[in-house]
Amino acid sequence: MELLEFARGPALTFAITVFIAGVVFRITSLLLMWRTRDSSSGRARERPLLVAALREIGRRMWPESVYKRQTLFQLINGYVFHIGLAIIVFLLLPHILFFQDLLGIYWPHLPNNLIYAVSVITAVSLIAALMMRISNPVQRIISTFDDYFSWLVTFLPVITGLVATSHLGARYETLLGLHILSVALMLIWLPFGKLMHWFLVFVTRSQTGAHLNHRGAQL
Amino acid sequence: MSDKNAAARGPLTTLGEALADRGVSRRTFLKFASYTASILALPPTAATAIAQGLANARRQSVIWLSFQECTGCTESITRAATPSIEDLIFDFISLDYHHTLQNASGHAAEEARMAAMRENAGEYIVVVDGSVPLKDDGIYSTIAGITNLQMLEETVRDAFAVIAVGSCATFGGIPGANPNPTGAVAINEIVTDKPVINISGCPPIPEAMTGTIAYLLSFGAIPELDHLGRPKAFFGEAIHDRCYRRPFYERGMFAKSFDDEGARQGWCLFEVGCKGPVTYNACATLKWNGGTSFPIQSGHGCLGCSEPGFWDLGGFYKPLSTAKGDPLKWAAGAAVAGAAVGAASAWTARNLRSKSMKAAAAAAAAAKPATTEEKE
Repeated sequence: MELLEFARGPALTFAITVFIAGVVFRITSLLLMWRTRDSSSGRARERPLLVAALREIGRRMWPESVYKRQTLFQLINGYVFHIGLAIIVFLLLPHILFFQDLLGIYWPHLPNNLIYAVSVITAVSLIAALMMRISNPVQRIISTFDDYFSWLVTFLPVITGLVATSHLGARYETLLGLHILSVALMLIWLPFGKLMHWFLVFVTRSQTGAHLNHRGAQL
Repeated sequence: MSDKNAAARGPLTTLGEALADRGVSRRTFLKFASYTASILALPPTAATAIAQGLANARRQSVIWLSFQECTGCTESITRAATPSIEDLIFDFISLDYHHTLQNASGHAAEEARMAAMRENAGEYIVVVDGSVPLKDDGIYSTIAGITNLQMLEETVRDAFAVIAVGSCATFGGIPGANPNPTGAVAINEIVTDKPVINISGCPPIPEAMTGTIAYLLSFGAIPELDHLGRPKAFFGEAIHDRCYRRPFYERGMFAKSFDDEGARQGWCLFEVGCKGPVTYNACATLKWNGGTSFPIQSGHGCLGCSEPGFWDLGGFYKPLSTAKGDPLKWAAGAAVAGAAVGAASAWTARNLRSKSMKAAAAAAAAAKPATTEEKE
């Protein structure tokens, strides 16, 4: 119980504080960073900025046909664990109650049994993603500590949540405490690693789209 | 049996003889032994061992000490269905000292305690309800002119075992809740040289108290305990795991308030703050008032009263999955600090870039070959 109290209290407060400070720091420094002015004139078929940005966001949701065969599994697997994580985080009642307590908003939930099944699929999908990274020579070479640690802090909340729900290995309050601590670890790491794509994925894609559009690339 | 027959047998030395003398049939006795074995989660064969153990046992001297408490634990034990407190007192134990239940008072009561300690040295059981205040030399609770700490140390010195009943005695309870003004502590923080059996709860289930005493009498040994010193027979499983509302938890059907349609339909009370998932007790199986009901069945979430520090768990009506306290208390400060550090780092980067650009321009100017006009 002491572990759970520590996790629900000081650990979570500390993690949320670091999370907020880190995210604001990253976004502020990104927005205020030096950007070289592009003085070149746009190409003839240049679209409005917003259109170009949205087109780029949409285009990157699915691979180009020439790459489809090589990347299809990775792409589908990526969708599986991203959607799975979203379902787990936002549609399990205990999680919704956490957000309601924090932000004052409440929304409908799914049955716990269904979330349990989604969690199993998500965990398997995350393991598959890791196996892909390790087994593919190119991916292995370009992978850094950030990639593996970001994977770990994503996987731990899923697996500890599953184990806690299943009451495997230890008492429930211990497992729940470990689950909350794993979430705290993820929150602390998120602003400083690749998990920051939570906030930046559409920003960076928009920027890329705007840039390529200006240069006349067909999007 | 008649008094004439009893007199012919001489003094009664064992419980078996005493029960026979009171007219308790063998069948009734075995029923009691079977029930005790079942609530202790012992195999059916243990009923025979309990019956034999009790039949051969001497009446056990018990000294019950009440310290910083509300008498709820005594209220609870007097409502035990089987064995009832009357059974315990008249048939199995000799309750030699208990503020609420004894007739004697004042010096006579204290003399009864001292006599029980003298006559049963090394064999008597001490039951304690209530926590012990240690702050300011323990002056916040005194009995017969001595502090609770002095009375406890004096009484347990020659005891066979100590049973702490209720969450105050086992974990400090409400007196020990934040800010703990009297410096209240649990019994096992003071008694460290003797086995202390914790029977937590606010109050504990009566059968958990009487069943544990029956086990001690039957086997002359301590029952198997969990990591908090509680008998596993009563505290081995979470209430959530044995709750009849559990299927609704799995199906995602939760009462939103205590009087909504879901609550009436028996849906899970997790959302209204039930602490059943982290509370270990036999409420959902033994229930209360002779198996009539228990808090969750009556429509209220579990408070977690048998767990350490239950009073400070973050609110009875706050769901277990929420953060304790206010996790956003430093959020505004964190955002301002993050923005300041972000702006500072961007400004530093711009400054460095500007300097390096100027340096590069100066270097380029210096390396530029002199023009014809300059040569002339």
